[in-house]
Amino acid sequence: MPHYANIAVSILFDGLAYAMFLFIVSVGLSVTMGLMGFVNLAHGAFAMAGGYLVVSFTRHLGLIPSLILAALVVGAVSVVFERGLYRRLYKATDLDQVMLTIGLAFMAIATATYFYGPIPKSVPLPDWLQGDVNLGFRSFPSYRAFLIVVGAVLIAVLWYAFERTNIGAKIRAAVDNRRMAESVGINVDLLFTLTFAVGSALAALGGGLAIQLFGLSPSFAVLYLVLFLIVVSVGGLGSLKGTLLAALVLGIFDTAGKYLFADAGGFFVYAVTVAVLLVKPAGFYGREQ
Amino acid sequence: MQPERAAARERAAQYLIRRHSYHWGEALPWLIAIACFFIFPDRMTFGSQVLIAVMFALSLDLILGYAGIVTLGHAAFFGIGAYTVGLGAAKFGWHEPISGLFAAAMASAFIGFVSGWFLLRYRGLTLLMLTLATAIMLQETGNLRSDLSGGYDGLPGLEFKPLFGVFDYDLYGHTNFLYVLVTLAVVFYVARRIVYSPFGQALTGIRENVRRMHAIGSPVHRRLVTVYTIAAGIAGIAGALFTQTNAYVTLTVFDFDNSAKVMIMLILGGTGRLYGAFIGAAVYMIMEDYFSKMSPTFWQFGIGLMLVLAVLFAHRGLLGVITDAARRLQRSRKP
Repeated sequence: MPHYANIAVSILFDGLAYAMFLFIVSVGLSVTMGLMGFVNLAHGAFAMAGGYLVVSFTRHLGLIPSLILAALVVGAVSVVFERGLYRRLYKATDLDQVMLTIGLAFMAIATATYFYGPIPKSVPLPDWLQGDVNLGFRSFPSYRAFLIVVGAVLIAVLWYAFERTNIGAKIRAAVDNRRMAESVGINVDLLFTLTFAVGSALAALGGGLAIQLFGLSPSFAVLYLVLFLIVVSVGGLGSLKGTLLAALVLGIFDTAGKYLFADAGGFFVYAVTVAVLLVKPAGFYGREQ
Repeated sequence: MQPERAAARERAAQYLIRRHSYHWGEALPWLIAIACFFIFPDRMTFGSQVLIAVMFALSLDLILGYAGIVTLGHAAFFGIGAYTVGLGAAKFGWHEPISGLFAAAMASAFIGFVSGWFLLRYRGLTLLMLTLATAIMLQETGNLRSDLSGGYDGLPGLEFKPLFGVFDYDLYGHTNFLYVLVTLAVVFYVARRIVYSPFGQALTGIRENVRRMHAIGSPVHRRLVTVYTIAAGIAGIAGALFTQTNAYVTLTVFDFDNSAKVMIMLILGGTGRLYGAFIGAAVYMIMEDYFSKMSPTFWQFGIGLMLVLAVLFAHRGLLGVITDAARRLQRSRKP
């Protein structure tokens, strides 16, 4: 294969794996923000918590059971936060929500530093995820291929749940018009708690999957938060399609930027974000207010 | 009709004049600052940093507290100011400090004007993201030209000429402290004039109900861009002072942490009340100095907890708590 084609394939592959990570973590954030308009800067902290739980669980279990268990635990714990804290601030201003959730993120970072220390952690991989997988025309790192497969499966499941089930229809109705949905008898509060739990569980799963890609340190909670928020706002609040499209565009652009112009670092992602938001302030599939 | 309108005008003018007049309690923070100069002569370097933080928080108060613009990228303007002076001294031989302050204010105000012009049409999450992205893009631009900016290693060992060519800098930062204090006083005077002017009233109107301000024909966008530009300029002065007093600057001035920190200070002190910036920044800096020496982890947990409690219980910040307590005390004294 010619050199430039090789690089293009690498960029697409790595970008796709990165986009899957962004999608898995951001999709819950997008739906909860679309439902309640709640600015949740602690979402990255849930992802970080998932990552650290995976680190702890893999001491006794395999990687896959650890990932599932971590997602379940974080999902359950997030319900406590939602019921106890977030609920009080649904009608509060953006600023109050920002401050409360930044506060929670700081507390989470401090707690993680206390228990796990500031040094980045890694997890042991099973044999079948190490090394490369050969797809005929060239080989790819197995772990990234695995990430892409997990992402694709989740997309299919979420798409089915969102578009084809009763609960999915209710969520879409509530994102479209919460008051109207409430007045036809949809319990939006309960729906919100449910999506919040699922979203946090997915964030935890994403955090666990990301350890192998970026390493896991306590600053994970804020470091990648900006990217999750960007995916959500570029995709449009509460839109599954939008989040996926934004994750793909930003994931591939970021990877391409880092491959081709190593010095420019993250500049491209932010330039794309600003360009999209200036033209479409509500994101790709968001509703203009 | 005519005399009625004249009377209403008169009432409005009286209201503004009443708010303009100085209250004796307003001397207190300045007296404390001067007292600190004599009581803690060996902590003046830290004192200057506190005053700089006050100025930075004050600039945020103009846009957040008065105009209700929620931004996550205010560090952008602090950074522009810091680098204007830093680059001037390191690469262009511009060592004169006071003209440096003006240059920094101009440069950040210009960036504030341009970015504000584009960004202030948006609200909510979109605005949060756009302001955040602006700060990060400036940081990345600096990183791209690390031959100029020094990257994350920064520009160390900057030299500045004595103030007015007379007052040289001493090892203990006494000159610096007074220099920052006087600059803060000037900036504060300007900010106070602004918020109690009719322009300031219009900003409060935009914060409270932007639709109604549109409806009565107020040029909302122009007002927001104006105050954003002024606040950017003040943040730039704070950044320039930061570079001058520390004699170094690194790209971390653009960090998200820096934007978040100034917001936390302002929220702790109380927004939309000018002196909230003083209390918030001073309390935050002193606690950070004390606790982060003990244990940085503990400090980070504490600041998070403080934020959560402030949002849930002390909605108007420390200054709000104090004024409420004072009012209750007065009421209980009266039989």
